[in-house]
Amino acid sequence: MSTETATNIDIDRNIGDFSYPEKHAFDAGVGLTHDTIDYIAGVKGEADWVREYRHKALDVFNSKPMPTHWASHDLDAIVFDNIRYYLSHGQKANRSWDDVPEDMKRTFERLGIPEQERKFLAGVEAQFDSEAVYSNIKKAVGDQGVIFVGPTEGLRDHPEIFKKWFGKVIPAGDNKFSALNSAVFSGGSFIYVPPGVKVKHPLQAYFRINAENFGQFERTLIIADEGSEVMYMEGCTAPKFETATLHSAVVELVAMKGAKIQYITVQNWSANVFNLVTKRAVAHEEAEVKWIDCNIGSRLTMKYPGVVLKGRKARGEVISIALANDGQHQDTGAKMIHAADETTSNIISKSISVGKGRATYRGLVHVPKHLKGCKNNTECDALLINSTSRTDTYPAITVRGTGNAVQHEASVSQISAEQIFYMQQRGLTEGQAMSLSVNGFVNDLVRQFPMEYSVELKRLIDLEMEGSVG
Amino acid sequence: MNRMNADDASLIVMGGPDALENHAFADWFRQLQFEGWESYQSLPMPQRTDEEWRFASIKSIDISGYTRPLPVSEEDQAELIARSSGLEKVAGRMIFANDQLLKREVLSEDLKKKGVIWEPIEKAMADHEEIFRKHFMTQDVVLGSKKFAALHKAWVKSGTFLYVPRGIEIDLPIEVFHWLHGSGGSTFPHTLLVAGENSKVTLIDYFESSDATAPGFALGVNDLFLEAGAKLTYICSQNWSEKALAMQINSTVVGRDASATSMNLNLGSSYARTESVSRLVGQGGRSDMLAVSVTDGAQEFDQRTLQDHQQPDTVSDLLYKNSLADKARTIFAGLIRVEPHAHRTDAYQKVRNLLLSDDAEANSMPGLEILADEVRCSHGATSGQINEEELFYLMSRGINPTEAKQLIVSGFLNEVVEKLGNKPIAEKLAGLIQSKFDRLKARSRG
Repeated sequence: MSTETATNIDIDRNIGDFSYPEKHAFDAGVGLTHDTIDYIAGVKGEADWVREYRHKALDVFNSKPMPTHWASHDLDAIVFDNIRYYLSHGQKANRSWDDVPEDMKRTFERLGIPEQERKFLAGVEAQFDSEAVYSNIKKAVGDQGVIFVGPTEGLRDHPEIFKKWFGKVIPAGDNKFSALNSAVFSGGSFIYVPPGVKVKHPLQAYFRINAENFGQFERTLIIADEGSEVMYMEGCTAPKFETATLHSAVVELVAMKGAKIQYITVQNWSANVFNLVTKRAVAHEEAEVKWIDCNIGSRLTMKYPGVVLKGRKARGEVISIALANDGQHQDTGAKMIHAADETTSNIISKSISVGKGRATYRGLVHVPKHLKGCKNNTECDALLINSTSRTDTYPAITVRGTGNAVQHEASVSQISAEQIFYMQQRGLTEGQAMSLSVNGFVNDLVRQFPMEYSVELKRLIDLEMEGSVG
Repeated sequence: MNRMNADDASLIVMGGPDALENHAFADWFRQLQFEGWESYQSLPMPQRTDEEWRFASIKSIDISGYTRPLPVSEEDQAELIARSSGLEKVAGRMIFANDQLLKREVLSEDLKKKGVIWEPIEKAMADHEEIFRKHFMTQDVVLGSKKFAALHKAWVKSGTFLYVPRGIEIDLPIEVFHWLHGSGGSTFPHTLLVAGENSKVTLIDYFESSDATAPGFALGVNDLFLEAGAKLTYICSQNWSEKALAMQINSTVVGRDASATSMNLNLGSSYARTESVSRLVGQGGRSDMLAVSVTDGAQEFDQRTLQDHQQPDTVSDLLYKNSLADKARTIFAGLIRVEPHAHRTDAYQKVRNLLLSDDAEANSMPGLEILADEVRCSHGATSGQINEEELFYLMSRGINPTEAKQLIVSGFLNEVVEKLGNKPIAEKLAGLIQSKFDRLKARSRG
């Protein structure tokens, strides 16, 4: 449809656009040097090997150039010297809700974590600035032997479990931003699910940034032992800041033989955040890993969740929804590395570009030689709302040898004027009709999210579509 | 052999344009060649980290060992002319060997009278300077080989210039043969074609080596311009020696309501790179881009494409098919770019890889960049192997497995050739594909 006349989009960012006075007991100052690393390691009371790991990672970070030979030059706008790399209330993660400070509670209230939901959730790991300030593991989960802690406790209290895999799925040197995270990580979730344990309730964490120029570098490692099942959910909103904020997480998943992991993200950072995330999983024999990834916020998101299909019959899946509005670039995608026979992978990506927004799909599928019976299916659909919207697709597919089947398809489309006209005839406003169409476009993917997330998603899409038509 | 770079002494082997003894060229052209040489020397060699060269074996593009185009003896000239067998009926034919014009079968007097120009470039640049200069290597090289385009510019010595004036339709195809003769030499074939308003023409470039196993270096450029309403079919049949290193840089500029169909047939070379750019610069323009690649041994075919939609209501449709045997590698990197305001664009892109061996490798990078509205775009890439059921069916009819496989591969590839909608040309190309299969068969028996 012709939308030449469409007015500029005005997003209602009032939701999540708030902040409370900050009282940071620990503050490493701005900029990043080896002294910063020593400071962080000292405050956290970390073992020497962790401190050493951080120092090495910083050297790697400094030695790697910005990946702007393929990535957006917007990355050059990040001034690493202006960023605070560590900030904390100096509190230990809280176990009970009563221990959480009052002003933080108000923040969570505004984020819309209802009381009832808390009862439903197995555990809430709410990250406020760098340290997990609230961590509530439901008794039932603990009784099943599930470990659900922050990285500091994980590496300190359970090294026999976490040390083996920490930094192994995503080495510090994987890319510039994984190196940065490895140097300054704090906060996040370390989870271990014992063999055969099926965690009934999803484990959930909410993240929020609440300090100007403050970077968030959480680190997550989930190990699902043989035959176990776990679902992890991560959602975030952030208030608006005057200057750019950097968020660079590393998430590693390990699914042992026959295990199943689902990792769900709804990302809604405010439109000044650089969100540069490395997420990768290793799936052993007959294991299944599914990334469900939804990106609505941020200025620039670069995130390509991957699965290394290491064991026979392992299965990897990425379901991705991206919505790019004015001033936003959602550079998202997926990586599937087939490393064993009969491994299968599936990538479904849907993006919506509104106003001057830009959505990019970047993918990598690799099937090395002498593997048999590997299958990959990739589908990318892009929806363009306005004449100024942009979408790109950059997949890279390598297939060696016979006996494997790989297919990639992508399409770009618009909402038809007839469709909108029809709905208007039925009494809907143009905006409502547009919202309905967009929700229809992503509906089959949204349905894969847990119920409360799909409701939230629908609401977020409605919000973003407000004012997208003239 | 050393990696070539600007200050490498081995460059002396090639030398600058001076060494060409091309004093017959006009000063303005020699000036262009010097500029080409300078930018060749100043531009960096492709790096492994260059996105435009991703997956390519950079070490394959070492050109330091080749000499300038070698002279061809009169005896050899006669032999090469005799071996230049193309279509039965053509409107014209030129034969070159090592950038030297051997023979020119002219167009009918009637077409000449109507203003059709069909000359080797060294003559065209003198006789028709204005139109030649207006089009000669004016298009930006955007897919990675800027340095090599500059080298071509410095070294180009001959090739064809075809100008078809407004409203003239040439029904029969025009053929050009470029032979790479001798061992270790080079060739810089050039094709410049301007199709005037509402004209119609078909041009075929055949690239051949006199010795199917001699090393050599081929660096060709073809620039095709379609003015409003023009219709062009262009075919580049690349059958250099299996030890040749080849690069071909194409640009097609499609004007208002014009329609271009181009086809690359890739058979020869150890490493062959093709860069094909279609720029749709006029409303209602259309470009069909086709390619068939038959690989075996350790061949690497590296194909980069751009479908650049600059104006509204334009259409492009790309279909590339690769068959991969032995340790062959293919790379396909294609981009559909729909510029802002190029609304109502239809753009399609498909690459199909048929893997015939466990050591073969197919890399596909189908890309889209859409900055306009009301666009219909899709792309697809598949990699698979011969369907066992199809094979079984043919074998159950008494066809031996080797023949059966070949039939299936031929069927897979010929679908592209048939899209040309020209029976004699389709048969000629199918014959070239078949002769490569026959060579493979003979080799596997020997």
